[in-house]
Amino acid sequence: MLNWFHRLGSPKTFFEISGRWQVPLLSLAVLMLAGGAAWALLFVPPDYQQGNSVRIMYIHVPAAILAQSGYVMMAGAAAVFLIWRIKLADVAVKCVAPLGASITFLALVTGAIWGKPTWGTWWVWDARLTSTLVLFFLYIGVIALRSAMDRQAGVGRACAILALVGVVNLPVIKYSVDWWYSLHQPASFSLTEKPSMPIEMWLPLLVMVIAYYLFFFSVWMMRIRNEILVREKNTDWVKQWLAVR
Amino acid sequence: MKFESLTAFFYMDGHGIYIWAAYGLTLVILAANVWFPLIARRNIIRAEKSAVLKAMNRKL
Repeated sequence: MLNWFHRLGSPKTFFEISGRWQVPLLSLAVLMLAGGAAWALLFVPPDYQQGNSVRIMYIHVPAAILAQSGYVMMAGAAAVFLIWRIKLADVAVKCVAPLGASITFLALVTGAIWGKPTWGTWWVWDARLTSTLVLFFLYIGVIALRSAMDRQAGVGRACAILALVGVVNLPVIKYSVDWWYSLHQPASFSLTEKPSMPIEMWLPLLVMVIAYYLFFFSVWMMRIRNEILVREKNTDWVKQWLAVR
Repeated sequence: MKFESLTAFFYMDGHGIYIWAAYGLTLVILAANVWFPLIARRNIIRAEKSAVLKAMNRKL
């Protein structure tokens, strides 16, 4: 296991393995996204309270889940980089930040669009929404710090530390709906509890959550591969790889 | 199918504008997340190839 971990930590091995996985993974993700969206738009029954606007849930909830778990993954990679100094982990931190920011933005905006017909307002400064906005700024902060310290020594460590500090925001997002009186409803999706909605509404949501995860991993991988090409451009294996392009 | 006609599908009892805006934005953001790395990859390959060619010319 540890051996495998170390092997995957080598940019060359990661590049080779991800090269075989990227097309099938992205295809499956796109297929599931399209299928899940069609399911959500055409076949899911309207909610008895929300009506048809419940269909926005199928793109909003997975985005919100990914916004947070993307941050967990970024912080995890940051920890790996700080502890073991694995360079690939720094590449992973760098590449997940813009992706996480875009997904968090998506969660915020789809939430606002859903809020207008459902709550009667685009935005309220309540705990869940505000802490998700903070999450967005944390991603932006990691991106900004890296571009500000471009090519300076210690840029990777600084970004990793910032990513780790931001982790305190995650429990705030998660428990905000329990700690404070919030307009936002409690979690609608959980792997450990019995779903609170009927199966014909829950199943397409599960499909969309898995599809978002697959999508997230495949585009993260694409970015990491690009970054590896740039950082390893003076190695023989990259030169050989480029020679046949 | 939960809709009787195409018009009903687009209108969605008055929620259509919100639903389609949200789905449209999702499509744009997800597509951009595929598009940007693809463009970046193309540019990296181009830049590296021309760098290799320049280095070869210098040697000649």
